[in-house]
Amino acid sequence: MLAKRIIPCLDVRDGRVVKGTNFQDLRDMADPVEMARFYNASGADELVFYDITASAEGRGLFTDILRQVASEIFIPLTVGGGIRTLADFDRVLKCGADKVSVNSGAIADPTLIAAAARKYGDQCVVLSMDVKRVDGQFRLFAKGGREDTGLDALEWAVRGVENGAGEIVLNSIDTDGVKTGFDLEMLDALAARVRVPIVASGGAGKPEDFAALFTHPGIDAGLAASIFHTRQVDIRDLKRFLRERGVEVRL
Amino acid sequence: MTAIVDYGVGNLFSLTSSLQALGLETEVTGAPARLRAADRILLPGVGAFGDARAKLDAAGLVPTLLEEAERKPLLGICLGMQLLFDRSFEYGEHPGLGLIPGEVADLREDIGDETLKVPHMGWNRLDIKKDDPLFKYFQSGEYVYYVHSFYARRCSGNVLGTSRYGDAAVTGAVRRGSVWGAQFHPEKSGDAGLRLLRAFAEL
Repeated sequence: MLAKRIIPCLDVRDGRVVKGTNFQDLRDMADPVEMARFYNASGADELVFYDITASAEGRGLFTDILRQVASEIFIPLTVGGGIRTLADFDRVLKCGADKVSVNSGAIADPTLIAAAARKYGDQCVVLSMDVKRVDGQFRLFAKGGREDTGLDALEWAVRGVENGAGEIVLNSIDTDGVKTGFDLEMLDALAARVRVPIVASGGAGKPEDFAALFTHPGIDAGLAASIFHTRQVDIRDLKRFLRERGVEVRL
Repeated sequence: MTAIVDYGVGNLFSLTSSLQALGLETEVTGAPARLRAADRILLPGVGAFGDARAKLDAAGLVPTLLEEAERKPLLGICLGMQLLFDRSFEYGEHPGLGLIPGEVADLREDIGDETLKVPHMGWNRLDIKKDDPLFKYFQSGEYVYYVHSFYARRCSGNVLGTSRYGDAAVTGAVRRGSVWGAQFHPEKSGDAGLRLLRAFAEL
């Protein structure tokens, strides 16, 4: 059976990996290529590489860095940030991405997911969502979590899957960066509505948070950034911890 | 020289990079003469079977591949492996290359458990069923990375390794003569995948 996946996320701005709390207060961390190498050697199951400023400033991905990462890292690589057109898909796939994550681009152009899935296959298209509770609803946010779209996030996910999204990354703005655990309530609500792999994002602070996450059978992967980047949590130690608790992981 | 067959299907960046990381002389080519000159051939592929078969035909590569497959090691990866079989039932029925007996069918027909997600996407254990030089540096039960919705069945005599997904023993690796196939992506399977490619390069 499939192992639960542990995925470090590299948020990149101006060629450096950064990570903030609640999408604000960005702190400079390290060189993305060096970090990708480190994660490849330390048991990461996949890497996610986001250009976090692309939505806001319309900046393209730093394809040189991507190409360099992809030529050294032989685990699946998902790329997102500033993906608005099929040409953007093409650009990052040619630089070695395996999956392409769309977020604001899919909100701006609702035909993007279907067009990309037709051209590259469902498995290539990841729908990434930034979601926050507003008025008792799971509300979809755009532009790096800064803009309330007014859309119901669960409806948006169902529509995305119908259009061909092969995986969903659910990032809870409510728990992002605060390290008190994943947003299990929000994740369960999503898992009840779609049958594609779900990657949980936002809120991981310690190994127990991942153990709690994987007691929810609809969740396939846990994604985190700062706890891995600061080496507060070592991926191999985390996986040993999970295996001892009966979670299937790749060690 | 290891030739990677370029017929307009799939992303060859990672495969090329992984062979280069192993220090292998690699050429991405759609030229029959280069495939004839190669020491071994990798047949990649992603997407739909019918489309890939049509592109292989349009590129005029089928006769060359059938000839060279008798003479040197050939490894089909993912959809490239599926193309090695007799036929596929992905969106209709399409003829394969017929290099290995078997058919390619929808995984949903055989996994049983309806809560299991398809595509079968992620890391699964590859259990060795038959020892082979391909596994020179690989241990049974190591994890490999899959992304697929269809799989090869009725090819039991040629199966080298399988992965369990629900009720299905997913055909992970096959071999008939000098033709090998891997349903998973060795170029995305971390160190274990690189060791499989290294073994293939030594065949």
